Amino acid sequence: MTSPVTTDPEAGNQESSALAAGLRGLRLPIIAVFLAAVVGGILLLISGDNPFSVYAAIVDESFLSGSGIGRTLEKATPLVLGGLAVAFAFKAGLFNIGGQGQLLLGAAFAAWIGYSIGLPTVIHIPFAMAVGGLVAALLGAIVGALKAYRGAHEVITTIMFNFVAGNLTDYLVSRDGPWNDPEGGAIARTPRLQDSAIIPTWGEIPMGFFFACFFAVLAWWLLNKTTFGFEIITTGANKHAAKYAGINVNRIIILTMAISAFLAGVGGAVQSQGVFGRFEASNNTGLGFDGITIALLARTNPIAVIPAAVLIGGLNASTTRLQQDFRIEPEVVSILQALILFFVAAPSVVRYIVRWKGLDDAEDIQLTGGWGS
Amino acid sequence: MAQLLEMRGLTKTFGPVVANDNVSLKLDAGEIVGLLGENGAGKSTLVKMLFGIYAPDSGEIFFDGQPANISDPGDAIAQGIGMVHQHFQLVPPLTVAENIMLGAETVAHSGVGAFLGRMNVAEAEAEVRALSEKYGLHVDPSAVVEDLPVGVQQRVEILKALNRGARLLILDEPTAVLTPKETDELLKVMRALADEGVGIIFITHKLREVLAVTDRVTVLRNGKYIGSAITADATQQSLAEMMVGRSVVLRVDKGEAEPGAPVLSVQNLRVKDDRGSDAVEGMSFEVREGEILGIAGVEGNGQREMVEAITGIRKVEGGNVVFGGDDFTNASPRSVSEWGVAHIPEDREKDGVVGNYSVADNMVLNTYFKAPFASRGIRVMSEVRKWALQLIEKFDVRPRTITSPVTSLSGGNKQKVIVARELSADNRLIVASQPTRGVDVGSIEFIHNQLVHQRDAGKGVLLVSAELDEILGLSDRIAVVYEGQVVETLAGESATRERIGLLMAGGSGDS
Repeated sequence: MTSPVTTDPEAGNQESSALAAGLRGLRLPIIAVFLAAVVGGILLLISGDNPFSVYAAIVDESFLSGSGIGRTLEKATPLVLGGLAVAFAFKAGLFNIGGQGQLLLGAAFAAWIGYSIGLPTVIHIPFAMAVGGLVAALLGAIVGALKAYRGAHEVITTIMFNFVAGNLTDYLVSRDGPWNDPEGGAIARTPRLQDSAIIPTWGEIPMGFFFACFFAVLAWWLLNKTTFGFEIITTGANKHAAKYAGINVNRIIILTMAISAFLAGVGGAVQSQGVFGRFEASNNTGLGFDGITIALLARTNPIAVIPAAVLIGGLNASTTRLQQDFRIEPEVVSILQALILFFVAAPSVVRYIVRWKGLDDAEDIQLTGGWGS
Repeated sequence: MAQLLEMRGLTKTFGPVVANDNVSLKLDAGEIVGLLGENGAGKSTLVKMLFGIYAPDSGEIFFDGQPANISDPGDAIAQGIGMVHQHFQLVPPLTVAENIMLGAETVAHSGVGAFLGRMNVAEAEAEVRALSEKYGLHVDPSAVVEDLPVGVQQRVEILKALNRGARLLILDEPTAVLTPKETDELLKVMRALADEGVGIIFITHKLREVLAVTDRVTVLRNGKYIGSAITADATQQSLAEMMVGRSVVLRVDKGEAEPGAPVLSVQNLRVKDDRGSDAVEGMSFEVREGEILGIAGVEGNGQREMVEAITGIRKVEGGNVVFGGDDFTNASPRSVSEWGVAHIPEDREKDGVVGNYSVADNMVLNTYFKAPFASRGIRVMSEVRKWALQLIEKFDVRPRTITSPVTSLSGGNKQKVIVARELSADNRLIVASQPTRGVDVGSIEFIHNQLVHQRDAGKGVLLVSAELDEILGLSDRIAVVYEGQVVETLAGESATRERIGLLMAGGSGDS
């Protein structure tokens, strides 16, 4: 060493460059949303609607009125948690597409705790959420263990467990099931949750959204500031180097899948405890899969999951108004979502359309990591 | 002979980095030119511009006396320029003939086969056979590529280029993956190709090969053209000095070893390879404090598996691994490194670094969880940065930044990151596997001196290398391995190149 290093010349701009990198990372999603709006607008024109008034209606309905914001955040809450689940697993190189099944388990078990036992509110709400999350986490841990010790690919096992979880929860609340609501008649659902388990709203704003944001910040902190997070990201970036560095890769895979599934499970619990007041299978259709869109839109950044989920939640919240005012079917919103996903997942297409220097390969997310390894 | 290629005043920049600054190079038909330079000197950039992978910012390329317009590799191939990359571009499950014909298949002439484009295998194989006889590149056209040794796969790559009509061949570090014997064969093939009129640009770090096969040498340093020399007038010393820009000590300067107590004792070790067949079959040896034990052997004789078993990455099937006096057979990689074993892995890209991590994070890849780099499970980044800044200074990692991702560094500087990390911790045993592979002369000198320095500090060093010069120059004792066993252990000073070469090839060494 030529001279002792007493000061750290790079420490100062390290923080600012991290911020700059974060802002740069936002460009692709923003362009993708814009392009989706353009292409979606063309489709609306073809079907005889004025895209500007449709978009204005969406913004007005979902983001400008108090009750609209409440509805948007209510829709966004499970999406934040479902998106976090996918984003978190991505960090370890795992593709959790079992969010739907994990969410159903979380929703059903939280509802069971919510209606079947009586507890003070301060305990009942978190306890039901925790049980929902932990049951889902158990499922995730099984997926992780199958991957770690038997080499079973998590994409395959999580898809299969979606069916297992779906049928199990269907049975639990069916007429012959133990958790069936006798007053529900033909509807398969649990009884209504006790008031002590219901997550309240703060004005129009559902408190569940704040739980979801808390978990997003927690996930970010865990991944970026702790040694555990370093182990997760190292495992995802280079499994061989992780093993070489003394990281117990199998342990990381199991824990990461469990945490990922826990987040999805909490997303389900919030649905039961904050939105519907009971568990009914059909209330949760497709939520787990929207998590994939959101994680990609957020470029797997846990904090960015929040705005991504609010955007998609807002789109979902506007469907009723669109149907009333424009006779536009809810599928139009699905098309917009699909277009957003398309442009986010195909950055080279965006780069071809927008010849923007600096939208470089570093912004690609590898979706195929883990296949064949 | 006629001039085949002239590259005139080529400049290429990547952002603020000038990779090639006004570089020129000439090549005649039938001539072999060695392209020399340290890691990151701009050799690869130059040939990639010739092959159409990069577009030059300025400068001209003349091929056959005509201005060549090469905008992608397809253009280059069409004009008669072939390139054999460091990483082969072959399809492993296909046969040699199929690989060579790929993209230019000979199709059945009539019937349903012609309609469906079924490949005419017999004809393709005959073509390949004719080609391989013409240039003396012997390959079985019907063999499946993944079953072939690396040296033969490389021949397939060369044949592929020749089949496309290459009159100019670019060989980018072709010998880095070869055994000494395969290297000798490649050099013969290159000479035969040149005699047939093919011009060859040969990139390598190994000065012995340059002197053996080239006609002329062109040297780059920091992206600039430094000079050319007629090989007949050059020596290893003169070439090394042109590359590095200062005088280089090629021989390692080391004193007498003072061996102490054993730090590593391997007893009757048995290990399987990835496919489950026996790779290490009863290996025994000992490394003492203050000595360097060199493991010589052709690659693939169990060295990789042996190293991985010692460091806890691979399962031990039988026998024992003992550090100091304690048994560490099948211990976890973490407990091995915590005991004080440093490991410079053979495959640095795969095992040694996380490519998209910063230099700083790679510097603490196996110490990230310990004080002062972490406190109660929370990472202390200021300490990590401070440590990394010290190490890049001490180990001369270039460029001098700890925030850039390791993938952006040249091979030699990646290796310096690993060496810095492994040799800076407080260790008792250094396991160094191919520590200077693909590393330039200046860095080799540095890494060798570091290993000797570690030995002199009383640490045990286990050096595994396919480079005989490295083994002979550094080792106090040499164990030669063949087919998973130690066939003989020699004292460093009494070992000769010839005797070790014979033992490596499975000979008894007495005949």
